[in-house]
Amino acid sequence: MPNDKVMFTMGNVACAQAALDAGAKFYAGYPITPSSEVAEVCSRLMPKYDGVYIQMEDEISSIAAMIGASLAGVKSFTATSGPGYSLMQENLGFAIYAEVPCVIINVMRSGPSTGLATRPGQADIMQVRWGTHGEHPIIALCPSSVQECYDLTIKAFNLSEKYRIPVVVLSDEIVAHTRENVTLKSPEEIEIISRKVPTCPPAEYLCYKPEADGIPLMAAYGEEYLVHASSSCHDETGYSNNSPKIAEALIHRLHQKIASGRDEIVQVAAFGPQNAEIMVIAYGATARAAKQAVFKAWEKGISAGLLQIITMWPFPDKEIMALCDTAKALVVPEMNLGQAHQEIEKVCRGKLPIYPFSRVDGEAIKPGQVLAIIEEVAQCLKN
Amino acid sequence: MSQKLTYSDYLAHNQLPLMWCAGCGNGVILRVLAEALAELNIPPHKVVVTTGIGCFGKTDDYMKTHACHGTHGRALAFATGIKLANPELTVLALMGDGDATTIGGNHFINTARRNVDITAIVANNYNYGMTGGQYSSTTPIRKVTTTSPYGTAEPGFDICELAKAAGANYVARSTTYHVVQMQKLIMEAITKKGFSLVEVSSPCPTYFGRYNGMPSAVNMLNWLKEVSVSPGKYQTLSEEEKENVMVIGKLVDRDKPDYLSVYKELTATVK
Repeated sequence: MPNDKVMFTMGNVACAQAALDAGAKFYAGYPITPSSEVAEVCSRLMPKYDGVYIQMEDEISSIAAMIGASLAGVKSFTATSGPGYSLMQENLGFAIYAEVPCVIINVMRSGPSTGLATRPGQADIMQVRWGTHGEHPIIALCPSSVQECYDLTIKAFNLSEKYRIPVVVLSDEIVAHTRENVTLKSPEEIEIISRKVPTCPPAEYLCYKPEADGIPLMAAYGEEYLVHASSSCHDETGYSNNSPKIAEALIHRLHQKIASGRDEIVQVAAFGPQNAEIMVIAYGATARAAKQAVFKAWEKGISAGLLQIITMWPFPDKEIMALCDTAKALVVPEMNLGQAHQEIEKVCRGKLPIYPFSRVDGEAIKPGQVLAIIEEVAQCLKN
Repeated sequence: MSQKLTYSDYLAHNQLPLMWCAGCGNGVILRVLAEALAELNIPPHKVVVTTGIGCFGKTDDYMKTHACHGTHGRALAFATGIKLANPELTVLALMGDGDATTIGGNHFINTARRNVDITAIVANNYNYGMTGGQYSSTTPIRKVTTTSPYGTAEPGFDICELAKAAGANYVARSTTYHVVQMQKLIMEAITKKGFSLVEVSSPCPTYFGRYNGMPSAVNMLNWLKEVSVSPGKYQTLSEEEKENVMVIGKLVDRDKPDYLSVYKELTATVK
C-alpha cells in the first residue's frame, strides 16, 4: 500500500471503499438519495477488484441478487435509504432466516414515505430492528464520522460472515455526505473474517446443522456440499419442515447465536468522563453535535460526558445500565421522536430522569441545542 | 463416478410423495426437467434451482440439487445474483404464473431484457392454486376463479410474447400433454446462452379446471391437446381461429450477447 492511505472524502465513498477492502465482490443496488455515491463508486471500482456491479430494477431485486450472490460464495452488499430499505424488508427476513451473510448500507433520510428526500433523519432505528415481519435478530452499526463509515463497514462484513446474518450499516445523510479525512487500511492491517466452510465428506454435510456456537458451516452453490436455502421453516437439511418443535428451535437458535456473541458485537464509544453527573447518549451525526456540546459544558464547569452508541442492535443495554449507577440524569438527542430514548427508558427502568431532545424537521441537531439541554438539566440538578 | 446420470439422481426421494393434487401438471414438469438435466449430464451440484412461492414454487423441495427457495415473485432476482457470482452454474428459475408474471413481472421483463444466462421454466396453470384458486395475470378474460365468481374482467398476459418483447434469447412453449417436446425445449433452453424461457401450460383440475368446465385431469389434458398448434400451423389459421389456439414449440431463438459477456467485455481493460 502506498503512502496515500489518507483520503479526504465523504462517508458514502468510505463505505464503498471499505466494502471492497473487506473483500466484497458483488454489489446489486438501485439508486436512491442520499446513498447513490456508494453505487457510483462500486460501478467504477468493482471491475478493478474482479467483482460485478449490477443495477437492478428495484430494491426488492437488489437485495435478492445480493443474497443469491452470497449463497454462491461471494461477499456481497447493497446500499439504500428509507424508501428502498422499506422495499427490502421481506427479503431481509429471508436472509436472516436462511442465514445469508450480507451487508446493507442504509443511509437514513427524513421520512416517512418520500419525506424530505435530501435531508437527514434518524427515524429508521426501530424499522432496522423490527422492519421485517416475524421474530428475528439483527445487527446494526451506526457510524458518526467518515472514519467510522470505513471501519464499521469492514466490521459489518466480518460480523455478517461470522454470525451468518445480514448486518446493517445505519448511516445518515450528514455522515454520508460529510467530507473529512479517513485513514484507509492496507490489506495486512485489515482483519478479514470469512464464513466457516465444511470439510466433512459431502454426503455427510447438513447445510443447517449448527456447530457448537450455534452457527452452521456454510458451503457455496456449486460445491459438492449441497445447499438448500429456504424462506420456509426448515430442518437441518434445509428442506421445508412444519414441525412446531423445529420451528421453535430454529427461532431460538437464530437469537442465541447473536446473544452469545453479544459482547463482541456491541460497541460503544466514550467521550469525556463516564462517571459524569449528566451523560448524553447519542449516535450517528447527532453524536458529533453531542460531543462538542459535552466539551463546551465541561468548559463551563458542568459535569457532563457522552456515551456514543455505535452498535444500535443488539442494543447496548449493559453499557447504558452501568450509567444508571453513576449519572444523575441522561440526555438523549436524536433526529426522531425518541426511538432510542424509549429503548434507554426500558433499560433504566425509572432509576434516573432521562431527557429526550427531538428534531424531525430535516435539520441537523446543533451542538448549541444539546448544550442548552445540558445546561437546563444541570440547573434542575442544582435545585 | 462417470456413470451416466439418470432423472432419479436429481430427485430428493426422501421428500416424496409429492404434495401436489391428483391431476396437477407440476409432477410431470419435475420429471421432464430431471430427465433433461440427466440427458445433458449436468452434475446435480452444478445446478441451482431458485423458486418463489406457490404450487410450482415447492419444486425445489423435491430436488436434490442446490436450491434457493426464496420469496414470492423474486426467483429471477435471486437467480441473477447466483449466476453473476458463479457463471459456471446452471441456474434454473422455476416459477408459476403468479411468481413469474404477476407479482414478479418486473423482474421477469428486466431479467429477459438484461439477457442474464438463466433458464426460466414457468408452469402456467392460469390461477393461484396454493391459495385456493384466485385469478392471476395469466387467467384468460371472463374465466371463473374463486375471486372472479362472475368471470375475470382482465385479459391475461401471453408470457412468451412478454419474454420475446423484453429481449430473451430463447422462448418456447409446451404443455404437460406434450412431454417429449417439453423435454427437448427445456434442454435447448438450458444449453442456450442468455435468458431462456420455457412456458409449460399445466393443468389445475382442482381449481381452474373445475370452475371452467374441465373438472378432471383428463378433461384438461384433452383441452391442452385440442388447443395446441405448431407455429407453422398457426400461420395458416384465420384471425378468428387464432383467437382460440395456443402456439407451442420454439418461438424465439437468437444469439444476442448475455449480460455478463457484455459486462466483462466493457470492463476488461479496467485496472
